[in-house]
Amino acid sequence: MSTGGIIGRSVPRLEGRDKVTGQARYVDDITLPGMLFGATVRSRIPRGKIAKVTFGPGVDWDEFVIVSAKDIPGKNCIALIDDDEPCLADGTVNHPEEPILLLAHPDRRLLPQAVEAVSVEYEPLPAIFNIEESEQQSQIIWGTDNVFKSYLIEKGDIDAVWEEADYIVEGEYTTGAQEQLYIENNGMIAAFDPQQGVTVWGSMQCPYYVHKSLVKLFNLPGERVRVVQTETGGAFGGKEDYPSVIAGHAALLAMKSGRPVKIAYDRIEDMAATTKRHPSRTRHRTAVSKDGKVLGGEIEFTIDGGAYETLSPVVLSRGAIHAGGVYSWPAIRIRAKAVATNTPPQGAFRGFGAPQSLFALERHMDRIAKVLQLSPVEIRRRNFLKPGETTTTGQTVNEAVDLGKLLDRAMQLSDYSAKKERFARENKVSTRKKGIGITSFLHGAGFTGSGERYLSSVVGVEGCADGSVRVLVSSTEFGQGTNTVLCQIVAEALKVRYEDVSIARPDTQEVPNSGPTVASRTVMVVGKLVQSAALGIRHTLEGCGLLGATYSAEEFRAAVRAYVAKNGEFRSLAHYEQPEDIVWDEQKYRGSAYAAYAWAVYVAEVTVDLTSYSVSVEDFVALQEVGRVLHPVLAKGQIMGGVAQGIGFALYEKVIWEKGRMQNGQMTNYIIPTSADLAPIRVYFEELGNVHGAYGAKGIGELPMDGPAPAVINAVEDALGVPFNSIPLLPEDIFDALTNKRELSHVTGDHR
Amino acid sequence: MSESPPNRAKCEISFQVNGKLVAVRTYAMDRLLDVLREQLGLTGTKEGCGEGECGSCSVLVDGVLVNSCLVPVLQAKDAKITTIEGLAEGARLHALQQAFLDCGGAQCGICTPGMILAAFHLLSKKPQPTTEDIREGLSGNLCRCTGYAQIVEAVAEVGRRGTGG
Repeated sequence: MSTGGIIGRSVPRLEGRDKVTGQARYVDDITLPGMLFGATVRSRIPRGKIAKVTFGPGVDWDEFVIVSAKDIPGKNCIALIDDDEPCLADGTVNHPEEPILLLAHPDRRLLPQAVEAVSVEYEPLPAIFNIEESEQQSQIIWGTDNVFKSYLIEKGDIDAVWEEADYIVEGEYTTGAQEQLYIENNGMIAAFDPQQGVTVWGSMQCPYYVHKSLVKLFNLPGERVRVVQTETGGAFGGKEDYPSVIAGHAALLAMKSGRPVKIAYDRIEDMAATTKRHPSRTRHRTAVSKDGKVLGGEIEFTIDGGAYETLSPVVLSRGAIHAGGVYSWPAIRIRAKAVATNTPPQGAFRGFGAPQSLFALERHMDRIAKVLQLSPVEIRRRNFLKPGETTTTGQTVNEAVDLGKLLDRAMQLSDYSAKKERFARENKVSTRKKGIGITSFLHGAGFTGSGERYLSSVVGVEGCADGSVRVLVSSTEFGQGTNTVLCQIVAEALKVRYEDVSIARPDTQEVPNSGPTVASRTVMVVGKLVQSAALGIRHTLEGCGLLGATYSAEEFRAAVRAYVAKNGEFRSLAHYEQPEDIVWDEQKYRGSAYAAYAWAVYVAEVTVDLTSYSVSVEDFVALQEVGRVLHPVLAKGQIMGGVAQGIGFALYEKVIWEKGRMQNGQMTNYIIPTSADLAPIRVYFEELGNVHGAYGAKGIGELPMDGPAPAVINAVEDALGVPFNSIPLLPEDIFDALTNKRELSHVTGDHR
Repeated sequence: MSESPPNRAKCEISFQVNGKLVAVRTYAMDRLLDVLREQLGLTGTKEGCGEGECGSCSVLVDGVLVNSCLVPVLQAKDAKITTIEGLAEGARLHALQQAFLDCGGAQCGICTPGMILAAFHLLSKKPQPTTEDIREGLSGNLCRCTGYAQIVEAVAEVGRRGTGG
């Protein structure tokens, strides 16, 4: 598959030099003349009616610009799927961080005191805070039943399998909220001009989501709203939808004050108010034959969406589709629902529902193995999907993936069998219990189902006056390497130097809408379009005789220069077209859920220290099939970073809630892994290629988030012989379980 | 942000930043971080948490690695301060900056300035650190993108080549 070119080579990160020298400009590094600073007055109760707002003493209110819902010129909403989240509360609040008023002042030091001086009186209403309370419907806080969205996925005759089953294995698994914890907090700068309209600059993943939201909020035509992404210091999904909220707030203050306004959250506000990973609960009931074949199963997957719908329907969809994992289910019924609670809305976080449902499935596979007295490896091997078989949505696996081979290689790389045997022997005489855990899983790349067709992305490649070429996309760089890889793809397509390719800053006035930078779609979907747009440039130059069949990089530059000198602007656009074999039925939830999947087997080795009850990950093998690896250093970086977040999800990162509000919203008490906590993460790739991606690439950004948590917890069970089915798993949870061990039912399999 | 009462008088404080003598009029208790960023325009020093946990605002004060969000500017009086802007020599990157580029040590880049200064400090104390030394030495600087391995690799590489000073 080698092209002998730039693909597969680790070229320098395009914006890397600016980042290592401190020259990269993030939103809080930017100051505009006459700029004010904005702050948000938030609800302090989870649910109620706003009775009265008082501006207290000790503040010179004449110096402040104050915005309320009444100042909104258009629709009071954050436009997303159903536009149900207000931009500013208008009479009622539904969670304890809901924005009520906005303040701005030239001196940012005076804002905290002013926010404190606003007192809001409420008529409180009863509130609900978790999935169970929402299901009980003692309070209806959204729609008629507190359910944002539900899906049903069915395959085969599930009601018939229970009779023929030798075993029925049941389990319930839960995962907690997880904070994205990008190190750059959310922030925006906005300016307003009565003629030109609204302009915002800021930290974001999806400029056109912000654009759509501002158009509705200000009731302006699209051309009078401009959104520009500034350098973005990490996102992980946390800057998918929330930037629309801050952009709207900053822009309202800018309109009212007539001056530019910056709102830059500090860490405490960012952690309290912005989205997190949805807490989840998954129930499994599985029919298994005595030779270890899964005959069928029922899965009930429920996520807590918080107070407004926002992205919950699509998070739920991905979680539900991934709930059956890499296994062949002759029959299955997956019921999924997202419910409302009085907490800030939960949102996108790398993996987007799949880490939750796959944690449950991969723990459940170990439970089935235990019931049947099979090894965790064997239960997986006997049930792997094979090419030609169908997924839970009925999609035929037409990739040549061999999961058994991946499994063998992962076992060999991790020395799985020898270690498992040795740990079992040594654990008998040690207080440092060692264990090894394995998971196999997949992640679909691109938008689900017909999503890519609806997005209908457009990209451009431009020939410039100096002979260089420039990529025009709204796809954003926030660390993953978008800039670098898209330029690499163009250099390869045009057979020019990487240095001759640049990329435009995402600015809705400059670049077409290549869709949001989410869903592991950028390299695969957008990359393929960029490749095709680049070829358009070449074909045009060839067609008008400026370029021969073979040429040097210099000759190419000269041809571009000549074309631009003669014809002016030189742009080639490419539009997404759904491949014919990707067919999806949104009503029945059947068909090709994703154009391609990345496949993986991960192995974690842990030590549980029975003096401190802490778990440390001693070795981690991450083996995946991801199509073609375009840039090995970036690809490895994606996998290692994702694994680290997955280990955090399993062992460290606990959001403590109290009446809908996060109680530990600081880096001091919300703990993420440090360099001292993480053993080397060993990354290996298989490369089968992929017809739907640029040069055979698939999406890899989210995949590494899915597998680590169950691998780690499976390893903890291997070490201690006690199952844990809830994450995060903290030392105190292990202490509790071991001291009450006799009360725990070891295995809940029901032998028939 | 620190809350400096406006009625308290400002004072003039001078110190060296990246080899250049500067004087600022400021409140004594203003954070060094804000003075660097807002008064001196050295925005390479980043704020991540404002409470000394993440290390993104790391700078060197008289050779000591500090979180500039926790240092009142008065404490920097007459000190020699190094920020990320002071590491490269003109267009030539410092060996650590180059190694971060080569090894993939910078992804989103927001922790990178602080991380590089922490690594610089580590190498000044221990020119050829082991992997364990590096993991321990950088554990006060949080990175959410990389899982640290490529950062550790970059620092180890500079240690091996002996070009970190």
